[in-house]
Amino acid sequence: MTEAARPELVCPAGTPAALKSAVDAGADCVYVGFRDETNARNFPGLNFNRKELAGGIAYAHANGAKLLVAINTFPRAGRPELWHRAVDDAAELGADALILADVGLLDYAARRHPEARLHLSVQAAASNPAAIAFYAERFGVKRVVLPRVLTVQEIAALNRRIRPVETEVFVFGGLCVMAEGRCSLSSYVTGQSPNVNGVCSPAAHVRYVESPEGIASQLGGFTINRFGRNEPAGYPTLCKGRFIAGGKASYLFEEPTSLNTLNILPELIAAGVTAFKIEGRQRGRAYVAAVVRAFRQGVDAVLAGRGVPDIDLDAITEGGRQTTGAYERAWR
Amino acid sequence: MSLLTLGPVLFNWAPERLRDFYFRIADEAEVDTVCVGEVVCSKRTPFFAPFLPEVIDRLAAAGKEVVLSSLALIMTERELEQARDLAQAEGWLIEANDMSVAAMLAGRPFAVGPLVNVYNEGTLGYLEGLGATRVALPAELTAEVIGIIAGAATAEIEVQAFGRLPLAVSARCYAARARNLSKDGCQYVCADDPDGMTVDTLDHEAFLAVNGTQTMSWHYMNLAADLARLEGLGVRRFRLWPQNVDMVAVAQVFRAVSAGAMEPAAADARLAALCPDAEFANGYLHGREGHLFVDD
Repeated sequence: MTEAARPELVCPAGTPAALKSAVDAGADCVYVGFRDETNARNFPGLNFNRKELAGGIAYAHANGAKLLVAINTFPRAGRPELWHRAVDDAAELGADALILADVGLLDYAARRHPEARLHLSVQAAASNPAAIAFYAERFGVKRVVLPRVLTVQEIAALNRRIRPVETEVFVFGGLCVMAEGRCSLSSYVTGQSPNVNGVCSPAAHVRYVESPEGIASQLGGFTINRFGRNEPAGYPTLCKGRFIAGGKASYLFEEPTSLNTLNILPELIAAGVTAFKIEGRQRGRAYVAAVVRAFRQGVDAVLAGRGVPDIDLDAITEGGRQTTGAYERAWR
Repeated sequence: MSLLTLGPVLFNWAPERLRDFYFRIADEAEVDTVCVGEVVCSKRTPFFAPFLPEVIDRLAAAGKEVVLSSLALIMTERELEQARDLAQAEGWLIEANDMSVAAMLAGRPFAVGPLVNVYNEGTLGYLEGLGATRVALPAELTAEVIGIIAGAATAEIEVQAFGRLPLAVSARCYAARARNLSKDGCQYVCADDPDGMTVDTLDHEAFLAVNGTQTMSWHYMNLAADLARLEGLGVRRFRLWPQNVDMVAVAQVFRAVSAGAMEPAAADARLAALCPDAEFANGYLHGREGHLFVDD
């Protein structure tokens, strides 16, 4: 086993206030998006304009942190200018890396901004050494955010094969159960998808329908789950719903749950991962600060040989439930 | 008149049944191209492998162009080795369903499957530069976007026109999970669902279909009424996904519509008769929810 380097903590920010909270709580990097459909968290009231990005970069750099810009939807045919301008502006404002998914956009960025550091977004779902080599050799991608399909063992083997390309893995937050960027379930039901619109199971298509038995949470008119009168009604994220298959109702795809890898941080560090990513640009600053502090403490403790500290994140996980997801083989 | 591609069978059909299906396609189906190969789950691959050479020979002897389709989600070293072997096959067009396979095929003519993300002319142009001569587009594109991409293409553009749409792939097997099994101990239960496992909402409304690790639309895509419009936009080929119905008859309908020998309304009626358990959808083409059927 190679000696573990100190992994970077890559933290989300949907607002300048969340960015400050993340940096102050110990983030090594903060990732953000522009306020439009060029990023995969295109929610109302979220994200950065150009001036806010410049301010965010200044704040991060003044505090020894890096700022990454996610431009990770797939440009709309016939109007790539919005995405090209996002790449140009992020590069020119001094972002430390651009996080991209689309092959055409990677090609544009590599040609126009050869000095820019490019990361491959999870939305490209590069799940093997040959795919990663393609993005590294063709576009100079330096780091790949891995899709949530691989076990820790597979990630360790992958890292040995792809050096010096770095990997970044999700350690906390919302959990895609499908290979990212390769899922059209949301648009099938709502007409809006992560790849095209930067949204999954968007709130504008959500309804909560009350009846004497309780509440049905619906997405695009389809019932995604039902709750009793005294139960809190969860958000109808499509792949976290209850459905009937083979005559049995169950959480067929995944329970409403959050990824939490605190307890397997030692294994992930030993697997040679360069960066740990926290999901949640749509989250408030208090959430971001709490998660960043927990993982800062966790990573530092493991690296200092003190083992994983006992930190309770139940209060901020979905439905109070946690999983290590695909990192453990039994999940499949 | 456009060309018809029979997509690879995405389901886990028994090997003998799959062989006989392809023999009948070879003998009777009016399709120009037939894709073969396991796209969904590498655990299934060994079962059909012994039958593949004779199926390819039979299809080729019948004058069909044979395309070899790759796996969509490649994670293990063994899956990567299989993909490398496939990419080295001489004399056949290979369809890349993962970017890694497109990379392996760079420098020679190859096809791009609908599970590779080609959403715009920039990505199309890049893949054409690598050698892509045929590109099947993802399901969720609108007619407007298809037109822009087809207008910029040197490669042949193909659109999915019939059958359950592949909507998502995962490392997790939902056919196994629905039966309280893990993927490693799956007992190949996906074979119990030759047209996919129906997934209903709690209101008993048909919603999705599960094919092992793949999640599909419950509705069948049906673009029979849109062929002429799409041809006008520069689409050269239409893909028919094999379903558990009479695919020879389905192909005949699409051939007749494309040749102007059958009205779209008659085609829809005939397809409804051929697929009595199915409901049709075309919403994506109209910029709407994928499960809708929009009359225009």
